[in-house]
Amino acid sequence: MAIRKEDTIIFARPPVVAAWAAVGGKREGEGPLGDAFDHLVKDSSFAAEGCKSWEGAESLLQQKCTALCLRKAGISRKEMDLAFAGDLQAQCTASNYTMRQLGMPYAGVYGACSTMAETLGLAACFAAAGYARQTLALTSSHFCAAERQFRTPLDYGGKRTPTAQWTATAAGACLIRPDGAGVPVLSVTFGRVRDLEIRDINNMGAAMMPAAASTILAYFSATSAGPEDFDAILTGDLGEVGSQLLHEEMNRQGCPLPNHRDCGCLLYDITRQHVKAGGSGAGCSAAVLCTLVLPRLRSGEWKRVLFLSTGALMSQTTYLQGESIPGIAHAVELGCSVEEKEGAK
Amino acid sequence: MNYLWAFVVGGLICVLGQLLLDYTSLTPARILTGYVVSGVVLSAVGAYKPLVTFAGAGASVPLLGFGHLLAQGVERAVDEIGLPGIFTGGLTAAAGGITASLVFAILCALIGKSRDQS
Amino acid sequence: MKLDPKQYNKMVRRAAPRSPVLKDCLWAFFVGGTICLLGEGLRNLYLIWYDQELAGTLTSISLIFLAAVCTMLGWYQKLGAKAGAGSLVPITGFANSVVSPAVEFKAEGWVTGVGARIFAIAGPVIAFGTLASWVWGFLYWAMNKG
Repeated sequence: MAIRKEDTIIFARPPVVAAWAAVGGKREGEGPLGDAFDHLVKDSSFAAEGCKSWEGAESLLQQKCTALCLRKAGISRKEMDLAFAGDLQAQCTASNYTMRQLGMPYAGVYGACSTMAETLGLAACFAAAGYARQTLALTSSHFCAAERQFRTPLDYGGKRTPTAQWTATAAGACLIRPDGAGVPVLSVTFGRVRDLEIRDINNMGAAMMPAAASTILAYFSATSAGPEDFDAILTGDLGEVGSQLLHEEMNRQGCPLPNHRDCGCLLYDITRQHVKAGGSGAGCSAAVLCTLVLPRLRSGEWKRVLFLSTGALMSQTTYLQGESIPGIAHAVELGCSVEEKEGAK
Repeated sequence: MNYLWAFVVGGLICVLGQLLLDYTSLTPARILTGYVVSGVVLSAVGAYKPLVTFAGAGASVPLLGFGHLLAQGVERAVDEIGLPGIFTGGLTAAAGGITASLVFAILCALIGKSRDQS
Repeated sequence: MKLDPKQYNKMVRRAAPRSPVLKDCLWAFFVGGTICLLGEGLRNLYLIWYDQELAGTLTSISLIFLAAVCTMLGWYQKLGAKAGAGSLVPITGFANSVVSPAVEFKAEGWVTGVGARIFAIAGPVIAFGTLASWVWGFLYWAMNKG
């Protein structure tokens, strides 16, 4: 069924990502990946739908994204066996209210910005084990909902520090099946929490980098694969500062990553879009996965990718209490679309 | 001339705040609190009143001036009614600013709504 | 070869881009100075009709009103993103810190949202300012008694 080597779960018969969808906001639409989104919302408050809160708006973003994903897969929500979903809001409320609407069997997941790789990894494990045939992995973030929960009111006039990152208004959904057509999930590595005592809430990239490095090294150690075996190694939202630190650390470990890309630097045009060190939020890596990574693997442009999402696991309370910021990173190894191989047979 | 000094002194007080933001890890909330308390202290040692005379709004509009207002208010109340004045003087002097902020804020909440920053 | 926190903090400090201090300070100087200049203009205007103290209070109230309107229209946030301390330190920044949570937390109700959180940012300023004035008032009383 699956082999476990150290921290990595390797699937003998890889489950597949059969369909996916991404929904983004205005700023995401103006970014380099803008055209690849399945849907861009013009009004991120969903006022036309009668939505009265940013929290509700984030849930609508998820619902829109799920509907698009299921439509592409050609199935109805009643056929779904299980959904893993999570977001940045306290108690994962955006996902909870999404699932109130959709009524699927649902397990809520909190992994901060690491949620996309975490839900995708869990969904792949459940699919491979035969516990579910149609599994949804869903996550989102909304700039306004995150801002009012973690920082300051939206109309407050504050200046961002150069290391701060911009929470993406975006959602990503993947449908995972045990077999059939789609992009195969070859292995999953759930990360260990790493904390090197970063306390600056405006420098999340630095707080999460040690976790990303640790998970990448754990994966290489378990599989004896190296960076050269991949078309790209993607991290979730380290941003410019975290990415630079990752390169520095991986060089120090004797394992340079020339083909590393960071979703936080891919989602926005950093020099033009005033996002300081780059994008962040659970929706950031989810959007890049569904607009860039999966399409390229399906077309065969990329053959093998290591996709990581990185999360900072503090809360406003622990931050104010002076606790440092623990980081986590989960890795999902994705292969080239099976459709092609079947065509070659 | 008054206008020039109001501009220069007010600007410099803000530059000091910006230097604290850029060079230290102090958050805006801590800097503002520090400014008000410093205003009280500067006023208490008699250093702020001459600055207000010199620069007018340049010294009274920044939050240091809010501290100065509190300190002057408490001095006057102590002069007038003695010891109980220490409980009434500060906020009495600051009442205009605080009440105005509160009332306009509630009016804005009534009319306005939270908006996305992009 | 494992990183330790001390070493890592050094690495982070090296890697983190510095704030453009000169540009930040120029913004702070001109925006802060302009707000004070506007205040001085208003004060001189009010001095035509009122005494020093009342003119000062009316100046503050006028600036607070302007800041509240700008906050509600989303302008103050845009200004603050560039001006930094220039729009933070003047009394208009105080007004912005009261108005913005009032607007933001309306969704949580008038009493439990607006009322409870209106001073979420400005509260510490009032709290410690008032405390400092109380302490100074006591010292002032003690000094003048003798």
